[in-house]
Amino acid sequence: MEKLEVKKLNHHFGFTEILRDINFTLNKGQILSIVGPSGGGKTTLMHLCAGLLDVEEGYVSNSFESSAFAFQEGRLLPWKNVIDNIMLGLLANGEKKKIAMQKAQDIALRFGLEENDFDKFPKDLSGGMKQRVSFARALVTKPSLLFLDEPFSALDIGLKKELQTILIEMIDKKEISILFITHDLMEAIRLSDEILLLKADPGHIVKKFSYDLPQRERDDKYVYGESAKILQDEEIIRTFELELK
Amino acid sequence: MNFILKIIKDFPAYLWSGWGAIASIFLFIAFWDMGNQIYGDLVLPSPLQTFQTLVLMLQDDSVWVEINITLYRAAVGFGLSLALGTSLGLIAGFFATASMMSRPIVTILVGMPPIAWIVLAMIWFGMGDETVIFTIIVASFPIVFVGALQGTRTLDGELKEMADSFKLPWHMKFMDVYFPHIFSYVFPAWVSGLGMAWKIVIMAELLATSDGMGALLAVSRSQLDTPTALALVTIMIGSLMFIEYIILEPIKREVELWRS
Repeated sequence: MEKLEVKKLNHHFGFTEILRDINFTLNKGQILSIVGPSGGGKTTLMHLCAGLLDVEEGYVSNSFESSAFAFQEGRLLPWKNVIDNIMLGLLANGEKKKIAMQKAQDIALRFGLEENDFDKFPKDLSGGMKQRVSFARALVTKPSLLFLDEPFSALDIGLKKELQTILIEMIDKKEISILFITHDLMEAIRLSDEILLLKADPGHIVKKFSYDLPQRERDDKYVYGESAKILQDEEIIRTFELELK
Repeated sequence: MNFILKIIKDFPAYLWSGWGAIASIFLFIAFWDMGNQIYGDLVLPSPLQTFQTLVLMLQDDSVWVEINITLYRAAVGFGLSLALGTSLGLIAGFFATASMMSRPIVTILVGMPPIAWIVLAMIWFGMGDETVIFTIIVASFPIVFVGALQGTRTLDGELKEMADSFKLPWHMKFMDVYFPHIFSYVFPAWVSGLGMAWKIVIMAELLATSDGMGALLAVSRSQLDTPTALALVTIMIGSLMFIEYIILEPIKREVELWRS
């Protein structure tokens, strides 16, 4: 069984402690969200899980067959057009160029890009379009584990919902597992099987919330209801410093 | 390959966009002719006379010999600066210490007037090819070096991370992530290095050798042969414009298409 396991993970940058004693397991077909205020070490944790940073103390084991990363800021190659950017991961996996091009075009259309956008360079794309391209680039490789670092932040509500629907379809078919970082609690509730609350200074997990209802059955009412419930939670209030001072 | 095809395909459109430039050159020639009418033939020969001299010179084989000597020196000097500057600059860019240490040396090289280098080179190498080539290298090497250094220093760490997350093999990482970025810095540096080399070769020849176009210029000066001097200048400017606008600019346009 493919899974991502994190045990007793600590991390420092110089003398600053960033993460303390992180433990969790992400099983196949699950969406695990890490929520917490900005600057709380969420991105560091994800980079450690994805192998972009070296683990110093503790243990991270990733037995997923393949993984992909959708970054918060897009991180497109500015000298490549939309299609070439999307193809990047496929070509890295040794896919034939012709097939890669076809797959890239298909997914681009599915993610709401238009044919006359295909030859554009990132400088000519809006923030939302860049996010779409970055998202497509990660999903086109059909990864079994997807790392999502606030990929919806620059999107308008409609598109956000559209992309989330695509993810929910994939999760419904058990095609994908997701480690998801966000500071948007509603987004996390809509998508996650489990939410970990990461409190800052140093980043440590203070509480875990589980949601059993299948994602496709979660309607707006459910999401709003659960959001209202979670916002009453003592730990949430303390972590996000929601009290009025 | 596609890249070269695209440059060739866009070339006619690029040429067609040159009418404005041609108009401004003609305007310049008109002012030149006005200067001739005011100051007379000795001080400023008319464009017509200059171009007639030019045509006569270009029919003379001995002039071509001199042009070839100059071309050879410029090519060797620029070629060496290109190879040395690019490779050393790239290497220095990868090491923080090396780039820190090379900064003052570059400042010295750039700050020292080329004319002083020529004097030194004449003492060290005598009057010949070496002096000219050395001066060209000293003048255009730092330009290329700094370009290459900047290219590697400014590589984007975030894109590197992205490349790692997709497990790009090394050749893709180089061709798709590093190379385009570095090239966008190195190529303009090559262009200005070339311009520098072309200017320095004439100056060094004028002072330090008895052959080449610079030497022809020195001779025309001593004989007060202004039309020949201007014809020589026309050759220099003409060749520089040809290289810059017909060869380099179309490449630069394709290369920098992605820039905002």
